[in-house]
Amino acid sequence: MFDYTFQWRQAFRALPQMLDGALVTMQIAVLSMVIGITIAVLLAVARNSGSKWLQWPAMAWVEVARNTPALFQIYMAHFGLGSFGIYLSPFVALLAGITFNNAGYLCETFRGALRAIPGTQVRAGRSLGMGQAKAFRLIVMPQMFRIAFLPTTNQMVWAILMTSLGVTVGMSTDLTGVTQDLNARTFRTFELFALAAVLYYCIAKAVMFAARLVAWRLFRY
Amino acid sequence: MIEIENVHKSFGALEVLKGINLTVDKGEVVSVIGGSGSGKSTLLTCINGLEPIDSGRILVDGTEVHAKTTDLNLLRRKIGIVFQQFNAFPHLTVLENVTLAPRKVKGMSRRDAEEIAVQQLSHVGLADKLKVYPNRLSGGQQQRMAIARALAMSPDYMLFDEVTSALDPQLVGEVLDTLKMLADDGMTMICVTHEMSFARDVSNRVAFFHKGVMAEIGPPEQIFGDAQHEETRNFLSSVR
Repeated sequence: MFDYTFQWRQAFRALPQMLDGALVTMQIAVLSMVIGITIAVLLAVARNSGSKWLQWPAMAWVEVARNTPALFQIYMAHFGLGSFGIYLSPFVALLAGITFNNAGYLCETFRGALRAIPGTQVRAGRSLGMGQAKAFRLIVMPQMFRIAFLPTTNQMVWAILMTSLGVTVGMSTDLTGVTQDLNARTFRTFELFALAAVLYYCIAKAVMFAARLVAWRLFRY
Repeated sequence: MIEIENVHKSFGALEVLKGINLTVDKGEVVSVIGGSGSGKSTLLTCINGLEPIDSGRILVDGTEVHAKTTDLNLLRRKIGIVFQQFNAFPHLTVLENVTLAPRKVKGMSRRDAEEIAVQQLSHVGLADKLKVYPNRLSGGQQQRMAIARALAMSPDYMLFDEVTSALDPQLVGEVLDTLKMLADDGMTMICVTHEMSFARDVSNRVAFFHKGVMAEIGPPEQIFGDAQHEETRNFLSSVR
């Protein structure tokens, strides 16, 4: 019943290639977080703006991003847009899909954080002569990021793991893509994917560690 | 000079200011007393334009606060306000709290702003807390920091909205001492307060608010010694 012979050496020989893939994975995850956070802040502000013209599109974004499978979102970016003659490379489609998803989730995280900041903070800023935008940037935003920090790191890990879906739109340079490719050539499925899993784990840990460092530097209070 | 002319203000169906008239001269200290819900605090937030008014007008040095053409951000630089909740910015150190507005609103260099901030913070007795975050300060210290923060903008007027109401009794004194010091320095001040002894000892005039109306105004000796209105006497006997 159990006559599989492990051949780890073959998997380890592929390690340099997989590390290259891991780098691409990290690249996509970090980019999708940076862009996702930026869009999410705008969406959260739009949802809190009180203007219907801003609220509705933001709400629609959040609704679709949160209530449809991430896989479909990536599919849509690649094959869906492809039907209209808009061709996004697997890398861009994957990035777009994950960013779309990230922004939707993070918007809600930030909106919750905004609610936790007393309105009197803005009032204090305004009474010192700051305009609305300046008060938001200097007083509200730093506090918002602090409150939203832990849920945001959750999303970051999720973004890293989501990149593995890229393989479904032909992504071949990221960690999953590379592993898949090696698997097709060697059939060392268990070894290769086990190794890839360890690498994913390490990337997630590394990113969390980096996030901790940033938090330690930024949130001194 | 602050001129308040027949100001009306409602929140929904509730009219909180029913035609207030008050002129505060340069260098004057006016205390505003009265029960809760009498409109005292609302008046302060109307003076610096945080709240719109329904009718009447408020002039600060001749500039109409609620006129459409008035640059409120500019006007607010000369009207400092300190609130009941200290509203310290929790993500900034004491020094940064105080330098933020001079730097980002007035465009001062960090060095100049810090010089002013250190001066103001020493003035309120917080010179040894510059690098500390507000959550490490007591309520009284936070409130004194808020006062220094407002003063760092070198305002011509200071509005104080029940600045001792959220403090433990033993911390009230240190904040009131700061206010007294300011009054002695000749700052023009409007203080909404529940501290009757402060109103009596420090103000040039005391205004008594009752249900959105300024029922009585006069020198402290008159208000506390010989109040003309029955509501004033009732109020004063209830707080003593």
